[in-house]
Amino acid sequence: MSGFFKSSIGRKVAMALSAFFLMFFLIIHLAVNLTSIFSEDLFNELSHFMGTNPAVQFAMQPVLLFGVVFHFVMGFVLELRNRKAIGVSYAKNNGAANSTWMSRNMIYSGLVILAFLVLHFIDFWIPEINVKYIQGDMSGMHDGEFRYFHELQHKFLSPARVGAYVIAFILLALHLLHGFTSAFQSMGSTAGRKKALQTFGKVYSIIIPLGFIIVAVYHHFNHH
Amino acid sequence: MSGKGMNLTLKIWRQKDAQSKGKMETYNVTDISEHMSFLEMMDVLNEQLIASGDEPVAFDHDCREGICGMCSLYINGEAHGPDRGITTCQLHMRMFNDGDTIYIEPWRAAAFPVIKDLVVDRTSFERIQQAGGYISVNTSGNTQDANALPISKHAADEAMDAATCIGCGACVATCKNSSAMLFVGAKVSQYALLPQGQVEAADRVKNMVAQMDLEGFGNCTNTGACEIECPKGISLENIARMNRELMKASIK
Ligand code: HEM
Ligand code: SF4
Ligand code: FES
Repeated sequence: MSGFFKSSIGRKVAMALSAFFLMFFLIIHLAVNLTSIFSEDLFNELSHFMGTNPAVQFAMQPVLLFGVVFHFVMGFVLELRNRKAIGVSYAKNNGAANSTWMSRNMIYSGLVILAFLVLHFIDFWIPEINVKYIQGDMSGMHDGEFRYFHELQHKFLSPARVGAYVIAFILLALHLLHGFTSAFQSMGSTAGRKKALQTFGKVYSIIIPLGFIIVAVYHHFNHH
Repeated sequence: MSGKGMNLTLKIWRQKDAQSKGKMETYNVTDISEHMSFLEMMDVLNEQLIASGDEPVAFDHDCREGICGMCSLYINGEAHGPDRGITTCQLHMRMFNDGDTIYIEPWRAAAFPVIKDLVVDRTSFERIQQAGGYISVNTSGNTQDANALPISKHAADEAMDAATCIGCGACVATCKNSSAMLFVGAKVSQYALLPQGQVEAADRVKNMVAQMDLEGFGNCTNTGACEIECPKGISLENIARMNRELMKASIK
């Protein structure tokens, strides 16, 4: 079995597994974010639960971190190996004749997402870790109120940050427009070639990033 | 036909031998008939070069009817040129227009090193085949009649489709990752689908994939370019099947 994951196909399977995990995680993350539009209280409670529940913090969070790091490190490894496999490049190459832009530029859409993730960690994750585990304040309170919703609104005041979010999520949509069905193929399933799953993949790839964009833009224009 | 033919500018990769550094050179051919095949156009160029005392352009070819897989050429940025479902020997000059500039390059992949000009070394494919692309049959004299084995029409059709791969290498040449998975997927599938292939199925897929990796072919990222450029219409489903076969073989 260890030999399997060292083979080209095993690496692909590992890549697809991490991608499936990330695609599932995105649904949960978006669901929590969307509550911030409808109910400040619900958003605060969910955030507090996610931020303090030991199962989420010490089981799910490390798995998620591993999944993200594994996915982009493996993405780089595959990209480097593939560049080596090409050797000399063509003087004239018509990639558009036989493949989509998305499929040929996974590494670039991935790099933009990675840059976004760095920003996202600096914005939300590092301050959270700081408050909770370094300052030791697990209350989730600030001035007698839950702090999460206010922090969220505060972040989205900056048009530059909202702009960066919008761009990153457009690139995520492009990443997924190829990635969603590709992951099925990597797993040895031909389901990704069926019309129904292709349609579902397109809907997922557009709706999920659009959801994140709507949350960011909504809070930019509706703060109190 | 004189005066009606096409005048073309050709940009061709010239490389003296495997050790030399090659470069693109420009040539002109005149009065090319639209009925010629692409290789006949190359013959015209070579006659012209020989007549003027220059070295003709080396390129691979054999059957010139789309069955041997010898002819190659990356033409205007596509394997086997702009047409679909054909090899270069089946490409007609009517796909081009008078005054066109045509880029002609060898297959590019680290595992397909250039031997001379447009000729590349595809023996890496042969070594992959030797690693498991066969079935062992005991030819002791009482060999069972293959037709006595019941095989579903569906499986027989799919195996036959996979077996139409001519080993040309267009899939590798086209792939942005120089991946050989369409070729290897076809060769694995053609046996995986048939009862005769079951006995050695696990070793076959393991050994062929190991050899493919050893030769330095890249990782498939499912762009699907190979399937579109393949002259025999080999389907990506063969890659998925190979992935399943390898998973199955590794769990055992
Ligand atoms: C939440 C974020 C992300 C999601 C949901 C995601 C999703 C996916 C999916 C579904 C695939 C297709 C997998 C396959 O074909 O087997 C994929 C491939 C890829 N991803 Fe991501 N990705 C994310 C972040 C990133 C990041 C940060 C990078 C950093 C460079 C990256 C780089 C790549 C590359 C290079 C591939 C192509 C590799 C291949 O097909 O073998 N991705 N991604
Ligand atoms: S799969 Fe198609 S393109 Fe690849 S070697 Fe076989 S016939 Fe040629
Ligand atoms: S020369 Fe045989 S396939 Fe083209």
